[in-house]
Amino acid sequence: MPDTSFVRREMLAPQKPPAGQSGAVKWLRENLFSSPFNTILTIVGLWAVYSLVSGAAPWLLNGMWSPSSVDECREVLTNTLGEGATGACWGVVRTRWHQFMFGFYDQSAYWRPLLAFALLFVSLAPVLYFGLRSPSLMMVGGAGALLVLALWGVGTDSWHLALAFGVMVALAALAWVAPKRLLWVTLAFPATAYYLLWGGPVWGPIGVMVGFGVAYFVWHAAQVKIGVTPAAALGIALALVWWLMLQGKVTAVLAMAVPIELPAQSPDKFGGFLLSFIIGVSAISASLPLGILLALGRRSDMLLIKTLSVGFIEFVRGVPLITMLFTASLLLQYFLPPQTNFDLILRVIILVSLFASAYIAEVIRGGMASLPRGQQEAADALGLDYWQAQRLIIMPQALKVSIPGIVSSFISLFKDTTLVALVGLADPLVGITRIVRSDIYWKAAYWEPFVFVGAIFFIFCFSMSRYSMYLENKLKTDHR
Amino acid sequence: MAMISEAPKGDFRLSMLIYDTRYRSVTIQVIVLGLFILFVGWLLLNLQANLAAKDKDISFTFLWNRAGYDIGQQLIPYSSDDTHGRALFVGLLNTLVVAFFACIAATVIGVIAGVLRLSKNWLVGRLMTIYVEIFRNIPLLLWIILAFTVFSQAMPEAKDFKYTAEMVQQGIDPAHQKAIFGTTAFTNRGTFIPAPVVERPLGTITLLNVPISLTALAAIAILAASFWGNRRLLARAKAVQEETGLRPTIWWKSLLILLGPIVLFLLASGFHLDIPAFPTDENGVSKGFNFQGGINIGHSFMALFIALSIYHGTYVTEAVRAGILAISRGQTEAAFALGLRPNRTMSLIILPQALRVIIPPLISQYLNITKNTTLGMAISYLDLKGTLGGITLNQTGRELECMLLMMLIYLILSLTISLGMNIFNNSVKLKER
Amino acid sequence: MAKTAQMHVTDEVAIQITAMNKWYGQFHVLRDINMTVNRGERIVVCGPSGSGKSTLIRCINRLEEHQSGQIIVDGTELTSDLKNIDKVRSEVGMVFQHFNLFPHLTILENLTLAPIWVRKVPKREAVDTAMYFLEKVKIPEQASKYPGQLSGGQQQRVAIARSLCMRPRIMLFDEPTSALDPEMIKEVLDTMIELAEDGMTMICVTHEMGFAQAVANRVVFMDQGQIVEQNEPKEFFANPKSDRTKLFLSQILGH
Repeated sequence: MPDTSFVRREMLAPQKPPAGQSGAVKWLRENLFSSPFNTILTIVGLWAVYSLVSGAAPWLLNGMWSPSSVDECREVLTNTLGEGATGACWGVVRTRWHQFMFGFYDQSAYWRPLLAFALLFVSLAPVLYFGLRSPSLMMVGGAGALLVLALWGVGTDSWHLALAFGVMVALAALAWVAPKRLLWVTLAFPATAYYLLWGGPVWGPIGVMVGFGVAYFVWHAAQVKIGVTPAAALGIALALVWWLMLQGKVTAVLAMAVPIELPAQSPDKFGGFLLSFIIGVSAISASLPLGILLALGRRSDMLLIKTLSVGFIEFVRGVPLITMLFTASLLLQYFLPPQTNFDLILRVIILVSLFASAYIAEVIRGGMASLPRGQQEAADALGLDYWQAQRLIIMPQALKVSIPGIVSSFISLFKDTTLVALVGLADPLVGITRIVRSDIYWKAAYWEPFVFVGAIFFIFCFSMSRYSMYLENKLKTDHR
Repeated sequence: MAMISEAPKGDFRLSMLIYDTRYRSVTIQVIVLGLFILFVGWLLLNLQANLAAKDKDISFTFLWNRAGYDIGQQLIPYSSDDTHGRALFVGLLNTLVVAFFACIAATVIGVIAGVLRLSKNWLVGRLMTIYVEIFRNIPLLLWIILAFTVFSQAMPEAKDFKYTAEMVQQGIDPAHQKAIFGTTAFTNRGTFIPAPVVERPLGTITLLNVPISLTALAAIAILAASFWGNRRLLARAKAVQEETGLRPTIWWKSLLILLGPIVLFLLASGFHLDIPAFPTDENGVSKGFNFQGGINIGHSFMALFIALSIYHGTYVTEAVRAGILAISRGQTEAAFALGLRPNRTMSLIILPQALRVIIPPLISQYLNITKNTTLGMAISYLDLKGTLGGITLNQTGRELECMLLMMLIYLILSLTISLGMNIFNNSVKLKER
Repeated sequence: MAKTAQMHVTDEVAIQITAMNKWYGQFHVLRDINMTVNRGERIVVCGPSGSGKSTLIRCINRLEEHQSGQIIVDGTELTSDLKNIDKVRSEVGMVFQHFNLFPHLTILENLTLAPIWVRKVPKREAVDTAMYFLEKVKIPEQASKYPGQLSGGQQQRVAIARSLCMRPRIMLFDEPTSALDPEMIKEVLDTMIELAEDGMTMICVTHEMGFAQAVANRVVFMDQGQIVEQNEPKEFFANPKSDRTKLFLSQILGH
């Protein structure tokens, strides 16, 4: 009879796996050569990498920064490396980078767009990290540090350098003392940015903001007495009265009395990435409130409101962006009162905002649909009315879920800003490149502008998409 | 103290317009409708005033006037003596043809790259990630113009393909050779590809001024019939399987039904490819200045097609990857545990579910491709935007009419594609409680 | 049934439902419901799934609309008048099966939100009330956490406290323990029992028959959208009259 009982007296020490099962060999075998098909794939992949690198590397490695024309660059290349050598002529970037970045903006005024750009991050801080002290401070501080570096880089005079530095230090102090108050910077940002970028008397932008202030305070004061919606209507009506009838006179008087103004920049000076950012940022921020309204309208029970929202959204999503741009440049004037005339950049911003709002509406609608039904029911059961429920319960959650979608909408919009070249604006890709290449010295610089502009787009879009992925992962784990 | 036996009182008060849920929504909608009508009325009044000021009217009769401009790429016969309406149609066809080929290419690229991106091969996976990140984080317009510049600046001249007498004597080849098994020549004057030619055509019919080849129609009809026959065959095989439990071997029958008729038809009609080439003398020395035969495709088409396919291919890649990842490992494991073999698992369990996830974003990419063909404007591709919204608009000065008509056409295209997507979505929607 | 319909509304009556009917499209979910709930009464509604019990209590704060008949809550008739709906909702608390806490707000914010925005209570007072009720449901230390960081039982107790912060005169419970793990059911039931002992008017849809026996004044049994039987708990469990009731009780008490 076999003995079935067994007792181990000595425990076995762990041993190494058989050779070939660990380290680099194992990794190679598992990841590159696990099957004949995989081996073929690896070889094809290696060949692709080799041909890409061997094609592009000499051109990049032989790149010349100093020559200030393509001919000179070619000559230097031929002299140093022999006949037929290829190499990039980065001189075009060295001599013309400011046009790619700022278009034809006055060089002495580069501090204005840069300051506006830094303020953009300051005003994003309270939206992204509402009321949290250290991330807000880090964002403001980081923006300030980069701003000072950039200002120094473009050779700003010390007076404006000090001014910008002072503003950023003050804002950083505000972020430290009362991070929630930064929201005021956010609210004032549209007017501030407009004033910095376009210049002119300070009273125009302030007047426009006063209109919003009037609308808000009337709404706030009247909503208890006459209800939310009528109060909003009254507020908007009074704001319209201010804008259309009073603002012009009041600001004119103020501009005479207290002449605070920056030198005005004419619209045709805007170009390059400056233009792309202006259009992208203002269109996406204008499209957010519109998109929220459209999303609410699309989910409404009221047939008419739903039909109008769906009709608008589907129309806009059904036509190419270019048709919207041409509407801005050719058609808009037909539908506005005669003699209305404002500059093409603003018209483009309006139409691009309408375009983006349809896409944002769909993103937000998706976010709203992802909330459980119980949230609306609980809000109802507690007695919250429609707007309270949307504002306090539904929207905060829906917007949070939609942030990745909003960021990707922004990325596509930012890429699409290059299309404004087709209506004659100087975008960095086509417009500025065409102007740079019209210079006799850079006529043959075909590839360098593509690489330069493409690299900048890549850096922005790639980092934004990574950021939105990070947010998405964070949202998955947050409070759930 | 009140008795509560009677029904609610029916008298109507004005405040009920706001506070009664039955009337409230009507009130709001009436107000919104009023505001909307006011707004539209304001726009129309402005329009009227502006038109009057410019001494213009709205009329579409220009569509029947002589166009007076040439279009390089025309799928139907067109000359500058034809009408603007026909130019519009030529442009629309150009839009559709580049969108069609770009959709197919983007799908092929996307499916391959999407699957490879998930492969266990580290190198290939990384390469595909790099492809996706590079191409979709840089504006499409850059890729279109870059491709166009490559075609017009970096491609060899046609004469570089020629065999000169010395070359033939010394037995050396010219600087450039035709690509893709010697069928296609990329030159700086366009891309020459083989042309399909039939020696015994069935003739053409003309429909609405558009000549349509009967041979092509017949070929399409034969293909459709073959597909239908194949479906019948598969259905029969399924019936047999359900009856007896054994699936008959049908792959060769299927192949025969699919390929047999069309091959026979092509042979009968004398189909062959006309490969572009230089005419040569008896020694093999090339004559002439350019390729003869084949089809010359313009740079703008090639650039637009390649850029659209590669750019939108990245989005298809992501859709395919997401679709495959969306199916939980549990599904595969459950199928394996039931004893299904890997290929059956793929075809019965994974693919049907993955397609459900992949197809909606895929179709929305088709929509985007169709809309983005308008970017061809930057490289003078004469699509709908280039003809109706470009030259016609500039020549006639009828901005309003051209833009509205163009928007309408794009809208119809988009809505047709969305409609297709909705039908598909409804047909595959998971039946859930 | 006719007897209840003729009862006079007094201050003692909290909810009066008369000849109420409701349809979902063609489907008749609630059929001729007549029910009176007196102030301080604690009613347990039970019945097989799909019998309309949840729909019934959701009609009482008009999360669902009834199509005929009459519902009077605290002397206010529920019609399509928004003012009445608002009034009823602010006086009737409701606890849901899936808690429906607001995940983006802290526990304290969940509790103070409705008092601040609906009742227009000053914030300080709202916070005091919230802390009082959090102590009552025995989790004051969780006030600054988010709902997702709490266990199911704790979340449901927060949901109860959230309703109580509105100082409701009536509480509705829609299967408050069905989504909970067994070990957490007791903590929620204890809270509810405590609430009952304080004299709150409660209507509770639940399958917890132990709870029914311990605190209910009356058990209402529903099937196919109608009230089949109602009685004192002792009598109801010991001596069910209807065959449907007997079948139901044997199914849920059988093991």
